Formats: sequence, structure tokens, C-alpha cells
Amino acid sequence: MKVLLSGNEAIARGAWEAGVGVAAAYPGTPSTEILETLATLPEVRAQWSPNEKVALEVAYGAAVAGSRALAAMKHVGLNVAADPLLSAAYTGVNGGLVVVTADDPGMHSSQNEQDNRHYARMAKIPCVEPSDSQEAKDFTALAFDLSEEFDTPVLLRTTTRISHSKSLVEVGERTARFLKEYAKEPSKYVIIPAHARVRHSVVEARLLDLADYAERTPLNRVEWRDKRIGVIASGISYQYVREVLPEASVLKLGLTFPLPAGLIASFAAQVETVWVVEELEPFIEDQVKAMGIRCRGKDALPREGEFNPDTLRRAILDTGAPPAGPAPGSPALPVRPPVLCPGCPHRGVFYALKQLNLTVTGDIGCYTLGVMPPLEAMDTCLCMGASISAAIGMVKANSDLIGHTVAVIGDSTFLHSGMTGLLDAVYNKAPIPVLILDNRTTAMTGHQDHPGTGRTLQGEPAAALDYLALAKALGVKRVSVVDPLNLEQLKARLREDLAAGEPAVIVARRPCALLSRKPAAPLAVDPAACRMCRSCLRIGCPAISAAGGTVAIDPGLCNGCGLCAGVCKFNAIGKAGEASA
Amino acid sequence: MPEKTTNLLLAGVGGQGTILASKIICAALQEAGHDVKQAEVHGMAQRGGSVVTQIRFGNQVHSPLFGRGEAQVLVAFERLEGLRYLPMLAPGGTVILNDQAILPVPVIMGAQAYPEDAVLRLKEEAGDLLVVQAKEIAAELGNPKAANTVLVGALAGWMARTATNRLTQAHWLSALATQIPEKHRQVNERAFLAGWEVGRR
Repeated sequence: MKVLLSGNEAIARGAWEAGVGVAAAYPGTPSTEILETLATLPEVRAQWSPNEKVALEVAYGAAVAGSRALAAMKHVGLNVAADPLLSAAYTGVNGGLVVVTADDPGMHSSQNEQDNRHYARMAKIPCVEPSDSQEAKDFTALAFDLSEEFDTPVLLRTTTRISHSKSLVEVGERTARFLKEYAKEPSKYVIIPAHARVRHSVVEARLLDLADYAERTPLNRVEWRDKRIGVIASGISYQYVREVLPEASVLKLGLTFPLPAGLIASFAAQVETVWVVEELEPFIEDQVKAMGIRCRGKDALPREGEFNPDTLRRAILDTGAPPAGPAPGSPALPVRPPVLCPGCPHRGVFYALKQLNLTVTGDIGCYTLGVMPPLEAMDTCLCMGASISAAIGMVKANSDLIGHTVAVIGDSTFLHSGMTGLLDAVYNKAPIPVLILDNRTTAMTGHQDHPGTGRTLQGEPAAALDYLALAKALGVKRVSVVDPLNLEQLKARLREDLAAGEPAVIVARRPCALLSRKPAAPLAVDPAACRMCRSCLRIGCPAISAAGGTVAIDPGLCNGCGLCAGVCKFNAIGKAGEASA
Repeated sequence: MPEKTTNLLLAGVGGQGTILASKIICAALQEAGHDVKQAEVHGMAQRGGSVVTQIRFGNQVHSPLFGRGEAQVLVAFERLEGLRYLPMLAPGGTVILNDQAILPVPVIMGAQAYPEDAVLRLKEEAGDLLVVQAKEIAAELGNPKAANTVLVGALAGWMARTATNRLTQAHWLSALATQIPEKHRQVNERAFLAGWEVGRR
């Protein structure tokens, strides 16, 4: 039976069919749906972990214990999980271990566009790249076999267009799979230097075996057509090549590390011009050139952003610049940047931070939108957890910033990698308030549960972290909970904590506006009371506009959070249908 | 002779239901025996940003993405988004437009102006423009949120009237049945049929 699946759904299906027993992840676009899909399939212990390092270690432990196991993450998540990955490459596995990295060329929802195939080379483990959903399913199953055959973790690398594009997949049934036997083997699994030296030799020998396997694996194949152009491609780029150069011969690589040197040399020898078509880094191209093979690639194809068929047409067929956009002289269209939703509890926090004119170290989540106009209340955002640690560095470096600097971090991000930063603030006496924006979910990636929500990936009840007890246990003396939409309470608390000269934790608690099932009644502007001061517009709520010459609230968008009513100096905003002033 | 691949572009604003609409369209195409690929971007786009989905179908589809000037049909869920993605439309292509404006924050803030002549410009540049009062139609049927299904119906009706593909109304109704939960199905079926009539003209 054929079903239309996204690449992520297909990876989950492939893992399930291959008998995966344990799967763990931290949500991250574009990888999130892999675990969400696995959670719906029977016989899989699927879980959200607090971060990618923990997820990979859980999957690793499961593999050592004899189960097939999978960990999934976005590309920057693998930076967090790089530590266990690089040493798991030394210890090897028992049951198959597949690590999925979903890269994001074009940065649709990411802070960089690193090419994680480099991790496979650094860890000396195989890298498998599917080019559509059918391959995503098939290659996942094959990756488990490969992992067990060569006793290595396998990196399955997708990109946004593979993970989030849907195509038809022939699905199968689950292969019954029993736990492989687990036997103590400290010389393999306890990676002390004496063992690691031995294991390093194993890794190098394994890499030679894998290079040999690369020559004969069904993951790589030659498609002979016209021999004037021969293209080496993998992943989504293969589809663009088939679209734009339907007559060209193609060496399609499903295993992109290690590369099949013999296959590449023989392919290159039989075509007039070799092109290597790959998004981001010249990962294959550099290695092909190092083999002494002349090829075209990044001399014409961009190194930045994601490809589409037009990219190849311009670079390879030399069709010139893209067709012109709107006619000259036509006005530029208004942009539609992502915004905090109507009723979003983060809006109150950033409005207050802007009013207090503070230096704000931010973090990764919906609330990073606090940097956008009109709120514009964020100074830095680097990576998960960096808000707290960067604030420590800022006040250590420049005493003028003490009393004016605050760290802002979401609940899920705090649990991911903010706790150690908070511990550092206490240990090293950094006088910074830390605002934990507790909206009771991982909102940015589509509302996943986490250890603070009291529910598991499957929605079952679980222990919910007590943030205040945790902060106290870490040594923070000033801890409080505020309502982020109560501006006066929030500002008063911030002022006190900024003046205190010691670390503080303020939990700004209110559920994500998209989670509340019964929003409050929409508000309306009383035109008689409104003086058109535009204060309410400065909170940046998409439900309020002055486009028609008067300020109006769209009742279809407003969820009655009341923040605008709180900032109105003339009491002109109230419940629809009720006179307010 | 292989059937040429057809390209559809859905453009709207986060929260308008473009993703469900594309699910229904893909399911109908699959019902009719087409190879189908669909590409969309999740993440930041959901926060009121511009949302775009590409759907391609035919005998065998390679790339999930197509380039500028290659969409045979642009289904615009909002006027400004229709204008924004107009360069993706193939020469002589059709625009199916939901006659609705959702003001982006820069317009709300007064930093940029909403193009008042959007419909006019779409009419000038598209081969054919089909304007649908999808929100009003859906509201009359009892649920303004079903505007997306009205637009799917309009696309389906338009395709039935003009295109030489294999889709019948039965394929679409069967797709609605698989993609929409029982409790919302009736209103969505009515929304689809109302859209279908507009598309058939």
C-alpha cells in the first residue's frame, strides 16, 4: 500500500519496520515529527529527552543493551550531542544505533546552516542521505543493518526539504525483532585511554571496511544516460538534477561517507564533464578533487542557502539571472514577518523589558521574536541556554551593566541547557535576574511536552519539575512567580531583583495562548474614549490595528488577554459591547 | 508520452489552514492515481508569517520544488500573499483568490502600506483570476474556519472545468473523508461543494 508521507514520517516508519525498540529526541525543526510519529506506533519506547545529548545517550544505552535504537535532532542539536557521538564511534554498538540529523539549508527555522555531513567524517562513521520519503524509510531500515554489521553508530542526514516534503511510500510491516544478547565487555564499552587506543585502531580498520562496502552497497548507484554531463549528487539535490538535467548520467550517492573512490573514478572516466551537485559545503566535491578528479561544483553553485531547480538551471545550464520580480516602479510589498500570537504571554515580558530599557540576553524559542519591532527588547541570542551564561559574562566584563542586565529563557530551553548556566551564576556570584518564560510547553516547534509540563511524549502523566525548588537547590535565594501579563507586578519584581546584587529567578508563568482551549471574550476599543495615542499599538499585537484611521481590535484574532487594556491610559479598551470609560 | 507535471502553489498566512488544504488536495490527487510531491515549511512560518506550500503531480515527479514562473495555478488564501507569490505563476496561469486581507504587523504599525490594488494587479498579470469570497461563504455555512475547504472546492471545480486530468468529484469527497475528522466533516463537505460551484462557474 502506498501512502503519502513526509520524510520524517517515513524515517519513523522505517525505524518501526526495522524493529526499533527505543527512540529519543529533543524537538527541533525540521526533525520534530520523527519522534511524534514513533510515539504513535506500537512496541516503541519513544521519549522526549531534555536535550539532544541526553537523547543520544539514552539511545546509545538502549543499543548497548541490545535493542535497535534511534536518536533524532536538528543539525545544531548534534552540536550538543557531539560528545557522546564521537566516543560512541569508538565503543561501537550492539543493537543498531541510528542518529538522525535534520539539517536546515536556507535556515527556515535555525540560527545557522552548518553541514552535518562533516560530523560523519569527524566521527568516522557512515553517513546515509535519502532523497525522498521512500528512501527515507528504506535507508533508515538499511542504516540499522549497517550499524549492526559494522558495529558503529550510523548518521542519517536529511535536510528540511527531505524531512518536510511529502511523497508516496510503499509501506511494509514490522519485522519482529528480539533483544540482542547483552554481555559485559568493559574493554569495548568503558572508554578509558587504554581501551580507547585499542578501539581507535578498530575505528580505522572499520572505516577501510566501510569504504569497501561503499563500492558495492545498493545505497550508491550509477544511472547511465547521456555521457556529456555526469553528475554526482545525493539527497534532495538528486531530485533537482533529475528535474533539470533529465538526460544526464548520474552517480547517485546514498552513502556519502565514506565515499566509493573506485565507483567515482570509473564514473568520472566515462563522462565528459563531472559536476558535483550538493547544497551547502563542498563535502563530496573536496573529496572528489582530492582523488585527483577534475570536476565542476561550487565554482558555479552557491554555498549558501537551499537549492531549487532554478539554482541548477542558472549554474549548470547557464540560463542567466532569474526572471525579474515586480515591474520597476511598483511599490515594494509589505513584509509579513512572524510575530508573537495575539494573547501570547511573552508580549507582556518584552513590553516590560523595553519600558525598563534593559540589556537582555535572549535565547532560542518563540520569544526570540521579542527582538522584532515594535518590542525590540533583546540584545543577544546565540544558542540554546546561552542567555544565562552570556549575561554572566556581560556583567563580569562591564560593571556598568550590573543592575541593568537580565537573562530571558523559555521553560523548555531552560531545561535543555539553562540549568548549568544558572548554577554558574550562583557559584560565581553573578548579579543577574533570570526570567524563565514558563508557557508550559515547547511552543516554537509545535507544542511538545517536556519535563516541566507533567506529561510525556505520549501524553501520559509524569513528574513536573518545580522550577522554584530547583532554583533554590542550585543556591538562588531570590525566587518568585509572576504573571507576564501583569505588567506592574512584573516590573516591580524586576526592579527589586536588579537592585539586589545577586542572582534571582523570576518564573513568568502563563500557558501559551495557542494552548488555552477557552480564550477570554475579545476586547474592543471605545471610539469615544480613544485619543489615538497609539500606546496599544506599541505592544505589537496582530489583533490591533490603526490602518482604518481609528484603532480597532479584530474580534476574530483577539483572545482577550487584556495586555492592551492595561497599557491604555484612557481606559478606552474593554470587553466588546461594554462601555468602559 | 509522459504526462507533464502540474504545479500548484498555495500561499497564505499562518493559521489560515493552508496545510490542511494541501493535505486534502494531495489525498485527492493520490486517489486519482497521480504521483504527488508536496513541500512546505514549518517552524517560524506558523507565527502569523507567510506560509507557502508547493504541490506537484503527474506520472513521475522528481523535485518537490518548482521554480519561478512554473505554477499553473496559484491558490492565494489572502490578497497580499497572492501578490507576493505572483512571480511563481506560469505565463497565462490561473489565480484562485480568497478575497480577504490580513494586515501584517508593519502595516498595522503604519510602517508600510497594504497594496489596495492587489486584486487589480492580480487580474492584470494572471491569465485567469477567480475571486472567491471564501470566508463569507464558510461563515454562512456555519464555520468561517472552513474557508480553506471552500478554496479547495473552488480549485477542484476549476480543475474539473478546465484541466485534462483524472480528478472527479468522488476523488475529492473521498479525500475529505480521510483528511477531516468526523465531527467537522459535514460543514467541510458543504464548504467544499459551495467552492466547487464557484470554481465551475
